[in-house]
Amino acid sequence: MGLFVAQVLTGLANAAALFLVASGLSLIFGVTRIVNFAHGSFYMLGAFIGYSLMQVLPGMFGFWASVVLAGLAVGVIGVIVEICVLRPVYKAPELFQLVATFGVILVIQDLALLTWGADDVLGPRAPGLKGIVRIMDEPVPKYDLALIAITPFILFGLWYLIARTRVGILVRAATQDREMVGALGVNQAWLFTGVFFLGATLAGLGGAIQLPKGGADLLMDFNILAAIFVVVVIGGMGSLPGAYVAAVLISVLNVFGVTYLPQSTLVLMFVVMAVVLMIKPYGLFGREEVAGEHGQVGEPERPIKPAGIKVRVLVAVGILLLALLPVFGSSFSQVLTADVIIFCLFAASLHFILGLGGLVSFGHAAYFGGGAYVAALLVSYLQTPMEIAFLLAPVGAGFAAFIIGWLCMRLTGVYFAMLTLAFAQLLWSLVYQWGEFTGGDDGLVDIWPSEWLNSTTPYYYFTLVFGIGGILLLRHVAHSPFGYALRASRDSARQAEATGINTKRVQWLAFTFAGAVAGLSGALFVFSKGSVFPTELEVARSFDALIVIFLGGVKTLSGAIVGGASLEYAKDFLTRFEYWRLTLGLIIIFVVILAPEGISGTLRKLAERIGIMKDPDSNHSKIRNPAVNAKAHTRENTRENTREDP
Amino acid sequence: MKIQQLITSALVAAAIGLTGMSANAADTIKIGEINHYKRMAAFAGPYKNGIELGLQEINDAGGVLGKPLEFIYRDDQGKPGEAVKIAEELMTREEAVMLTGTILSHVGLAISSYAAEKKHLYLASEPLADSLVWEKGNEYTFRLRSSTYMQAAMLAEEAAKTDAKTYATIAPNYAYGKDAVAAFKKALTALKPEVEFVTEQWPALFKIDAGAEVQAIERAKPDAIYNVTFGGDLAKFVREGTTRGLFEGRHAYGLLTGEPEYLEPLADEAPVGWVVTGYPWYDLTDESNKAFVDAYQAKYEEGPKIGSLVGYMTAQSIAAGITKAGSTDTDAMIAAFKGLEVDTPVGKITFRGQDHQSTMGAFVGTVALKDGAGVLVDWKYKDGADYLPSDEEVKKLRPAAE
Repeated sequence: MGLFVAQVLTGLANAAALFLVASGLSLIFGVTRIVNFAHGSFYMLGAFIGYSLMQVLPGMFGFWASVVLAGLAVGVIGVIVEICVLRPVYKAPELFQLVATFGVILVIQDLALLTWGADDVLGPRAPGLKGIVRIMDEPVPKYDLALIAITPFILFGLWYLIARTRVGILVRAATQDREMVGALGVNQAWLFTGVFFLGATLAGLGGAIQLPKGGADLLMDFNILAAIFVVVVIGGMGSLPGAYVAAVLISVLNVFGVTYLPQSTLVLMFVVMAVVLMIKPYGLFGREEVAGEHGQVGEPERPIKPAGIKVRVLVAVGILLLALLPVFGSSFSQVLTADVIIFCLFAASLHFILGLGGLVSFGHAAYFGGGAYVAALLVSYLQTPMEIAFLLAPVGAGFAAFIIGWLCMRLTGVYFAMLTLAFAQLLWSLVYQWGEFTGGDDGLVDIWPSEWLNSTTPYYYFTLVFGIGGILLLRHVAHSPFGYALRASRDSARQAEATGINTKRVQWLAFTFAGAVAGLSGALFVFSKGSVFPTELEVARSFDALIVIFLGGVKTLSGAIVGGASLEYAKDFLTRFEYWRLTLGLIIIFVVILAPEGISGTLRKLAERIGIMKDPDSNHSKIRNPAVNAKAHTRENTRENTREDP
Repeated sequence: MKIQQLITSALVAAAIGLTGMSANAADTIKIGEINHYKRMAAFAGPYKNGIELGLQEINDAGGVLGKPLEFIYRDDQGKPGEAVKIAEELMTREEAVMLTGTILSHVGLAISSYAAEKKHLYLASEPLADSLVWEKGNEYTFRLRSSTYMQAAMLAEEAAKTDAKTYATIAPNYAYGKDAVAAFKKALTALKPEVEFVTEQWPALFKIDAGAEVQAIERAKPDAIYNVTFGGDLAKFVREGTTRGLFEGRHAYGLLTGEPEYLEPLADEAPVGWVVTGYPWYDLTDESNKAFVDAYQAKYEEGPKIGSLVGYMTAQSIAAGITKAGSTDTDAMIAAFKGLEVDTPVGKITFRGQDHQSTMGAFVGTVALKDGAGVLVDWKYKDGADYLPSDEEVKKLRPAAE
């Protein structure tokens, strides 16, 4: 019994920092709809700044003052990020801001390395709270008790702020309908900034307050990210009590997991999240996301159409150039380009469901890595010839997507995204944990192609054929009736249903198809590298694809390919330099601000403006966000904007 | 579909433009060094310093085969696929003669597989995984640093001397942690069959829930604890364990815990009394060790880490190998590395012909506090050669290379 109580107390103490960070994320998402990847970075900054302040400020007062000041300092950093990076891109398509926050992560990583050095720092202990007390004969650290006591006060304070003050009323109103709040004369920009300040402050506090239980290191930003997303989703996006309950639930379950099922540490929280979402699709305290509730931001997507003759010629020339690369390029340029093609195919497969289907998957790496593992396992255990293993990889990955898609299909929006992430993590931990079969994180090695392909140039052509082939196939499907049905399901599920389209089935099939194509790229990958490791199934790999889609332009067919090629080549070039993360992060932020429609979308506009490309349909070009086009609208009001309501 | 093709081809053209810039290759002997410089900056930094020091001495003494030795450092972001791409670039475009580097074992394994396929020499400097030279070992891969198995066996030898009967283990939940626990168990039960392992804890790497882990170990009431956690996990585990009195009256053994990379951040909270492997550079008095430490301190104004030592020895080993081979031909270098003897700060090491593992050993000692910092006392350098399995066993362990 004593142990049981002590374990619950440990869980509650662990929940403190988790709750603080997660509640900030939840608030930010609730009001601004920004999925803030940089939240882990705020947490890390809180820890480092808190640590530095504690070196200067002595005693018990100094300790707690440092915690508070660290929180406020991070809040100010949050405001700077919001004003400089996010404010210019609120008008961009939904989730686009996620790319900006990714740039922020990179910048903060290198700045933290510059400021605090590479070494881990151990947090100072809290003065006056160093020892233990015995509760039912079990030792419980005093600081744990302090954390347990503090958290409800913070929760209460936040609750009071949100439920009882005017600011809180505005925040809640904005969470429900921010256009309406704006229409009623509230300055949205400052409301958003204020919420960002609060959210970042909470993350900073979380980072500083956990110092006596650990310390600060440069990996902590990514290490907490998955956990806080899980907490926010289980609790229900935007719900503070939900975040608290979920933080406690996860932390306490984890303590018992450690004791009674020590191997469970990798997956436990994802299992909990998957179970909760299956039963309550919007988390414990969340409410249903109504499609379109938050308004369509950015300009509506143009209807896609088959490429004209000019474009076809251009593409053919491009492919010809790629095909001639072995003639004039070095052996390494072929390897690099093959890598880029493989990555572009992977990104394009995600773009297919994300752009055309409107289904945001955070776990697409599961099918890329899944395909790679299917091929690698076949080769390793059954000595399957490379050609057959290669063809079976997309089948296996498609099958995985088929199953996971079926399980996720009843959810929408961010919850759908998080459930795909949970399943991808489950698959990852299965591969990671099941060392006897999958090799664990030592992976599977010596997976090389057959003799006839096993040198640089033949494999380059092989990649070219299947990579470009896969991309053209995706494009072809987009123009097929199936592609039309998919877009109809995205744009207006109800009308699509009325015309006889089974929207869920169409989306499910699209998900499976995208998974299979991702599996194809995974197979190309594994035979080009000769080995595969669980890193190919990681969240980071999924996010790589997600980011290039937005960078390239989510509302253009070529977005994934443009974004993928640009980022891969940029990375290849930049990683040669010392502070490449800082540079890359700044470039990403720059592109995001200058080209909120992505590289491809912006280039297209530019081309239209200077007349290289013809505006595909001058009527459509006028159907833009009325605010953006207000000027043009008054100037040319002869052409009536027929669709005021986006 | 149009613009991206233009961009792609433009970028490809740019990439090709770069190839033209490749330096005039004949002047130096180039070594391709791939590491996680950003992802693991705390470890890769000192390692690189060690290499630079070694290079300086080698080149001041006239280089190798009459040419200066040069390392090309590249960051792989800690991704195996990226590392393979860079390896290809280093070998084909930069005209490196061989590859070295990596700390993370899986990245090392990826490069090792690539090296075997493309017939390049790879000296794995820091990755610890046993499989790198054993079950997945190949003709083209050599490894410098003493492996997980060797270091665990050294600790097991110390553990067997005590009367502890029940053991708890705590290790990060991935291949290195699992290897380290398996090796310790194997070595300890061989020496002392009556020991019993009462609990095994597997926290997720860098996501330890230290309070819960301590409670779970306390619940099993072991006589001794074997720790494999490191970095931030180690700091949290030690702090919670000390606060809650877990280590009182218990023996504790820590793999790598005494290495400056991990011990220094703990400062005055270093786990006193633990028996650990590490690197007591501040205490070394013999000529060769001292010379390295002094030179390192003179150049960088800080003490060397274990990574610095490994980096320095990497440069030394490569110089010795190429000199012995008399050329930079891969086959000649492989033949030279087999049985290659190198005079290093820790003494003479040999790259074994049978499994390509060097006999670099490790320092084993007890953690104590001195001037508010953890140090190793009563330490002893254990020669790696004494902790490797017999030749017959190695043959069985190395199926792929035969």
